[in-house]
Amino acid sequence: MQPPERCRPVGRDWFETSAGESVSVPEGKPSDLLSSYNPGLYFDELFGSMDLPAEHTALIRQRLSGLDFDELRRRAQDVERELYNLGITFIVYSEKDAVDRILPFDIIPRVISAKEWTHLEAGVTQRVAALNLFLHDIYHDQKILKDGIIPRELVEGNSNFRPQMIGLDVPFNTYIHIMGTDLVRDRHGTFRVLEDNGRVPSGVSYVVENRHMMQRVFPDLVQDIGIRPVDNYGHKLLDAMMEIAPAGVDDPQVVLLSPGTYNSAYFEHIFLAREMGVPLVEGRDLVVENDRVFMKTTNGLAPVHSIYRRLDDAFLDPRAFNPDSLLGVPGILDAYRKGNVALANAIGTGVADDKAVYCYVPRMIKYYLDQDPIIPNVDTRICREADALQYTLDHLAELVVKPVGEAGGYGITIGPRASKAELEDCRAKLLADPSNYISQPVVDLSVCPTVTPDGIEPRHVDLRPFAITARNTWVLPGGLSRVALKKGTLIVNSSQGGGSKDTWVLEGGAS
Amino acid sequence: MNLLARYAESIFWMARYMERAENLARILDVHETFSRDTRGVTNWFSIVQLNADEKDFFSRHDRPTAEAVIHYYMFDTQNSNSLLSMLHMARENARALRPWISTEMWTQINVFHNKLLEMSTSDVPMQNLSKVCTWIKEECQTHTGITEGTFYRDQGWYFYQMGKYIERADQTTRLLDIKYHTLLPSPVEVGSTLDVSQWTTVLRSTAGYHAFRRVYPRGMSPTTVAGFMLFNEGFPRSVVMCVRQIDGVLTRLRSRYELRGGAQAMERVDELLSALLSRPIEAVLRQGLHEYLDWIQLQLITLTTEIAQAYFGMDAPVAVQAQSQ
Repeated sequence: MQPPERCRPVGRDWFETSAGESVSVPEGKPSDLLSSYNPGLYFDELFGSMDLPAEHTALIRQRLSGLDFDELRRRAQDVERELYNLGITFIVYSEKDAVDRILPFDIIPRVISAKEWTHLEAGVTQRVAALNLFLHDIYHDQKILKDGIIPRELVEGNSNFRPQMIGLDVPFNTYIHIMGTDLVRDRHGTFRVLEDNGRVPSGVSYVVENRHMMQRVFPDLVQDIGIRPVDNYGHKLLDAMMEIAPAGVDDPQVVLLSPGTYNSAYFEHIFLAREMGVPLVEGRDLVVENDRVFMKTTNGLAPVHSIYRRLDDAFLDPRAFNPDSLLGVPGILDAYRKGNVALANAIGTGVADDKAVYCYVPRMIKYYLDQDPIIPNVDTRICREADALQYTLDHLAELVVKPVGEAGGYGITIGPRASKAELEDCRAKLLADPSNYISQPVVDLSVCPTVTPDGIEPRHVDLRPFAITARNTWVLPGGLSRVALKKGTLIVNSSQGGGSKDTWVLEGGAS
Repeated sequence: MNLLARYAESIFWMARYMERAENLARILDVHETFSRDTRGVTNWFSIVQLNADEKDFFSRHDRPTAEAVIHYYMFDTQNSNSLLSMLHMARENARALRPWISTEMWTQINVFHNKLLEMSTSDVPMQNLSKVCTWIKEECQTHTGITEGTFYRDQGWYFYQMGKYIERADQTTRLLDIKYHTLLPSPVEVGSTLDVSQWTTVLRSTAGYHAFRRVYPRGMSPTTVAGFMLFNEGFPRSVVMCVRQIDGVLTRLRSRYELRGGAQAMERVDELLSALLSRPIEAVLRQGLHEYLDWIQLQLITLTTEIAQAYFGMDAPVAVQAQSQ
């Protein structure tokens, strides 16, 4: 039976064949599946480029070529049905009600060679290290500000800078325990960091669930490839949560703090709580007494030591931050400051993943680690600086302009694709509040073969690896590959109609 | 292993809503079968009475026609006693419990709810009502089976049982109450075909007809049917059977899991059980069945409140310095 109309997953129409619909793969010629595929000028994740051919995907390409397009679509349909029934969904709020949507899943995997991964893993680890050093510094001696590497007002004037954190020591000086780094790959095949997510990065549940789904519907593709597993993420996360728990507690109680069932990422919270084997609590389940955190159980109050919170700073403690928040726990900041409870991520990390601070990360890496960035940034101009603003205004039609405070791809103007009116609107906003914007050249995001109604076509992808850090950093092999499903679009966010792909990191021998 | 108070509450209510949905599907189904006789209209109205929904129902409907009653109890989302509303509530509780319950339990409720929701957009024709009710009943039973086979046996399991049996006991008293009164025979009807078939309906609604026949091969009287539904020790929907289960569950929660709360609830269940066992059905009928059933319902409502206070964090939290593990 079909799911009800209003709950149909996004992109479902792709899999409906209507009479007049043309399918690019002629029947009876299954070997043609990839033969008419043309990635154009973009770097292709499955084929590579002329300079950098993807030799590591040869076997996968061969297997894919042998498939029939209708068969591929049938399997894709099975996956979407299963995701929907399992409730692997996020919630989209419309005017009228909340609708469960699946994150559309494309069944052609994105493949990363062992060599590429070694590079990415080192780059992500380096970046996490620098950002943690930066956070420790700005909440302690502020050397980087005193040395004039980063403008003071950019840090202290940032709405995510938390004075409550000044002078507070956190275990292992780690602030960002869970980090999601958004990477893109340019026309030359060079990975670049587009954005850091150091507050409450989401998407890791899809990485693991996509793999499960892939193994179920595509056993013949997965077989003997040698793909690095992703299903130990929960164990690694729990280990980190135990490691940062207050000293002297034998068997710390870890919980996951969720805003609740109406949060759009609720599925992920469930997933992580289950994988860690810890209770998923909401603010109303917790109380603070004598600066200690307890959860309400059937047998009264039980102590809580380590909290993986999926709640922004602002909602965490109505006494300290947003007084209107009903989602948080009054008094939790005091418990945290006394060292009676651990929070991951720490409070006040938002200043490090700010889009304006992002521009300074390469200099941060140099400053703290005396290294060059392993993964470069996308060239970025900070419109608060007069030269940069002028440059941005002069080249508006060529640049991507982003507000620094927004998440989820909202408020972005992509110059080459914007209408005259949109450009003028953007110009006005820039002039009105230049420090709220940064600009970047359009990155020609790499593409990956993707199932579309017109056959296999190139679609843009990005990559969000996830890093867990307590004493040391561990990076989940691969990460979330988001794919922009609409032809030509560059925005891959799930709230903007993006989907995802399984991401394979090949084992050592295979590259 | 601690159980979050909120989880315990959600488990309790998920069980109750699923049990309630099954009962309603049974009642609708059986009524459909027997509404073809001359008292059809009366019969449909009795479902409204059974749930004490008269006021709400007549605020939106003029007459209790078959169509109106069926829609009201199947798909009316404004009616919290409709199957769709119940499934919605069961699903919302299950959603809150997803970190706790098995994936199979969640998936089944999710798919069940979504199918019912889809069905609600098209009318269920009378000819299909029985089929749909059977399907709903079976989905509820599937839920029961999956739960039995996958629910981890710790505190949560006992809260599930508690919810289920409290709801079941309550449903049985409601069914008996309304039936006993609407069916209280006028002198001419005693022993008539109609009278017997009405009592058969009651028994069928609770899947108790064949068992009843086995226990009472000859004759069917209001007294034997009421006695069977209240006091029979082997019938899974009898009030005594349900209360015994509640009693056992509470005892185990307090002994095996050393839960400190619940003394009041325990006392109430003990009292309720000994009251049930102390009087034969004839005496109950003499002194008024309706009052008796009302009293049982009140006990169950109070019990629910006491359980909520003891285990669901309803009390102002008293700082019990719980030891680590």
